[in-house]
Amino acid sequence: MSKQVRRLDRVVIRFAGDSGDGMQLTGDRFTSETAQLGNDISTLPNFPAEIRAPAGTLPGVSSFQVHFADYDILTPGDAPDVLVAMNPAALKANLPELPSGAEIIVNTDEFSKRNLTKVGYAESPLDDGSLDRFAVHPVALTSMTVAALAGTGVSKKDAERAKNMFALGLLSWMYSRPYESTLRFLERKFAARPELVAANQTAFRAGWNFGETTEDFAVRYEIGPAPMASGTYRNITGNAALALGLVAAGVRAKLPVFLGAYPITPASDILHELSKHKRFGITTMQAEDEIAAIGAALGASYGGALGVTTTSGPGVALKGETISLAVALELPLVIVDVQRAGPSTGMPTKTEQADLNMALFGRHGEAPVAVVAPQSPSDCFHAAIEAARIALTYRTPVILLSDNYVANGSEPWLLPSVESLPDLTVEFASAANAPDGRFLPYLRDPETMARPWAVPGTPGLEHRIGGLEKADKTGDISYDPANHDLMVRTRAQRIESIPVPDLAVDDPDGEARVLVLGWGSTYGPIGAACRALRQRGLTIAQAHLRHLHPMPADLGAVLARYDRVVIPEMNLGQLHHVIRGRFLIDAVPYNKVNGLPFTAGELESMLEDVVKNG
Amino acid sequence: MAELLKLTAKDFKSDQEVRWCPGCGDYAILAAVQGFMPELNIPRERIVFISGIGCSSRFPYYMNTYGLHSIHGRAPAIATGLAASRPDLSIWVVTGDGDALSIGGNHLIHALRRNVNVKILLFNNRIYGLTKGQYSPTSELGKITKSTPVGSADAPFNPLSLALGAEAGFVARTIDSDRKHLQSVLRAAAAHRGSAFVEIYQNCNIFNDGAFETLKDAGTRDEYLIRLEHGQPITFGDSCVVHPPGGFGLSVRPTASVDPAEIVVHDQGVADPAYAFALSRLPALDLRNTPIGVFRAVTRPTYDEVLQQQVADAQAAATGTPEEQLAGLLHAGDTWTI
Ligand SMILES: Cc1ncc(C[n+]2csc(CCOP(=O)(O)OP(=O)(O)O)c2C)c(N)n1
Ligand code: SF4
Ligand SMILES: [Mg+2]
Repeated sequence: MSKQVRRLDRVVIRFAGDSGDGMQLTGDRFTSETAQLGNDISTLPNFPAEIRAPAGTLPGVSSFQVHFADYDILTPGDAPDVLVAMNPAALKANLPELPSGAEIIVNTDEFSKRNLTKVGYAESPLDDGSLDRFAVHPVALTSMTVAALAGTGVSKKDAERAKNMFALGLLSWMYSRPYESTLRFLERKFAARPELVAANQTAFRAGWNFGETTEDFAVRYEIGPAPMASGTYRNITGNAALALGLVAAGVRAKLPVFLGAYPITPASDILHELSKHKRFGITTMQAEDEIAAIGAALGASYGGALGVTTTSGPGVALKGETISLAVALELPLVIVDVQRAGPSTGMPTKTEQADLNMALFGRHGEAPVAVVAPQSPSDCFHAAIEAARIALTYRTPVILLSDNYVANGSEPWLLPSVESLPDLTVEFASAANAPDGRFLPYLRDPETMARPWAVPGTPGLEHRIGGLEKADKTGDISYDPANHDLMVRTRAQRIESIPVPDLAVDDPDGEARVLVLGWGSTYGPIGAACRALRQRGLTIAQAHLRHLHPMPADLGAVLARYDRVVIPEMNLGQLHHVIRGRFLIDAVPYNKVNGLPFTAGELESMLEDVVKNG
Repeated sequence: MAELLKLTAKDFKSDQEVRWCPGCGDYAILAAVQGFMPELNIPRERIVFISGIGCSSRFPYYMNTYGLHSIHGRAPAIATGLAASRPDLSIWVVTGDGDALSIGGNHLIHALRRNVNVKILLFNNRIYGLTKGQYSPTSELGKITKSTPVGSADAPFNPLSLALGAEAGFVARTIDSDRKHLQSVLRAAAAHRGSAFVEIYQNCNIFNDGAFETLKDAGTRDEYLIRLEHGQPITFGDSCVVHPPGGFGLSVRPTASVDPAEIVVHDQGVADPAYAFALSRLPALDLRNTPIGVFRAVTRPTYDEVLQQQVADAQAAATGTPEEQLAGLLHAGDTWTI
């Protein structure tokens, strides 16, 4: 039977099922196949906080959304065009976000009375007409998988578990994906159990063949490659990119990296990743708590390593006192905060940008640190290197503000050459620095205002430092009022004067009267909204802050050029408050704190309103 | 054998004016440590003192070595990071009873459990000195202080019992006023590869004067103090230490009433920490039967050795320059080229 082939420019697919259904893996594989085709991609997983929520329930639903296109895209998509629902819970949980006309592929085998009742369906939505506004494909995924594997000798349980590969096969057929990499992947994954390699590959092929033969799927789609800069790519999540950035920073600084960390969602993956790369001279320590984690990292920095600690908001709160100590000691230290929805435990698997205030101001005393935020999953790599660069060059703690959205989202990453990465080589102090032959631990470099990094083991530079106020230059304990005033101002000024690049403003025709200013992970949805508005003939300018402290020197001048500045944030207006306070402009806040990233659509209509009505 | 460095106590004195109260036990400890340091025969630049906050924690400022005066309770954590990345250093933590056992209790037990190669000197004056005299986690129950005008309501820690419970391999106790003994304990601690925990009874003559007087006074000390010596029967005054028949642990009996063969011969190398623990439980509330000396010295792999070995093994298995390896790592997994 020959099928109609239709060309699309973009599709958003959401795979949803029970936590145990392997939806993350299915989504990952589909993404990999898609990457091979050269589409631009953006993905976003969404999983429950519970490790094993009761099977078949709404809280147990896990999903993975992938957006791919034949052009450059910025977000994982506002709403799915296609929903794969492995059970009634997955259908019910995702239905509210489905636009009319969306395609739904449901696993009918799971629509038993019992499973329906579990999520509060009195009658099956497949039969009562409630799905009429969608294109529903009922597929007996489980039983067809089991049938395909009959006689292969795998247990019924293992056969049922392969149903995600059947679904992947079907979707791969529908969207004409190359599947060799998935077959190879299965060989690697189940290397220890060859019968499962065969079973999963068979299930995958059965799904593919089902698409080809069944009449229910009359159309097959193609999405051509996106024009992308030439080079080698790989799909990467923010957390993985951030970990690689830290590895790269160590290599480029020629320093050992020491990571102190205490497990916390959504930052733990960075610890997991770095613990695999010991050959780069990386030591990872799972500490007894967050305070020990940063303490150990600071101790390692004191000894001449690049000290790093990774955590989420609750951990940064615990680390505050030690960050202040690092401010006083003026030692390099990178503190990674992968933000999640708070306060307290909040919603640990959901995203938010509400730790900006804590990063900027959340310490006792005047304790300024540099703050950097990545704007996309792959940008986490470069942001980590930038954080390390500032820490090492200016001998200061740097807070790197990632969040759950960029940490777990993924996108294609144009792999940089190692030589193109900044050279982070540092020089340790090796000799006395005062004319009288003494060593002065707080005598500053005139250019960077950094003090010498004199590591233990260096003969002749024995010295004592600590949290007590230090006399300028000598570092001796000092309670002198004028000295304290000088030191507080010096510490503030040395951070304030770290040179950071000017703000890049995207204002294509230079006519815009409205500027939208963001920071961190909102770059994608803001950018997508601006493009959509421009396509509709409206003008708008976009700028995004990577350096939250210090801010680009030209920021004030840029803001002054526009009639209106809009600041969307996933908090209640923390950057907005800073911008108003510093630049005395009446910026417009736009805030959302529901644990989910902005959709391009909501920003588009909000910005349209500002552009049209001021 | 490394060449002799010919350092003296004077080489370890920093130029900072010592600011403890006149008569404070900390002076004696400082002098003992400075006097002992040359024996290490380690160049000053490879010695680091790290402390928390408290009177005792001012210590690093007075040592002409590398020194880090950190924050309250966190010195063991900071020292762990330094030790794990710099096994070439001789690292000493100086802490107080509040610093180590109250705010920093968690870091102390975990440093000991990990067997980080640091020497921890706990100056126990059974009081908060720096904050002017509140009771501490080693103050006796019912202690009357500024914050407990009708007596403290919480029972104290026994620091050595705690350290042993935390898997410490080296545990010892000494006294500020007995320089010879103090230095002998420092010597043993320095020789021990791995965490060494040393409790030093220290007199705070301002807020808890005479806390250990019965152990120092010529009239009482022989009856109160047990000097542990490896390989020697444990006797003191007219008493000795035995295994109580049918009971647990150790107890004290008049020597005259005991068959000499039954007197416990001290062995700091007993693998089972129960023995050292039993020793740590001997003191009575009034400090009668207080052992000093090395309770336990048993080695096992240290945290820094294990971590460094893991890194070394991984590096030995890798080929190419770090830059080449990094390029390989970036290109790992499914890649595609446009
Ligand atoms: C976070 C924090 N909390 C409280 C204090 C105040 N403080 C300083 S030292 C100290 C107690 C010190 O007692 P101890 O450790 O026994 O040392 P000592 O002064 O007796 O030598 C306290 C509570 C502090 N410096 N930091
Ligand atoms: S208060 Fe006590 S411990 Fe502190 S310096 Fe004075 S005597 Fe020593
Ligand atoms: Mg004390």
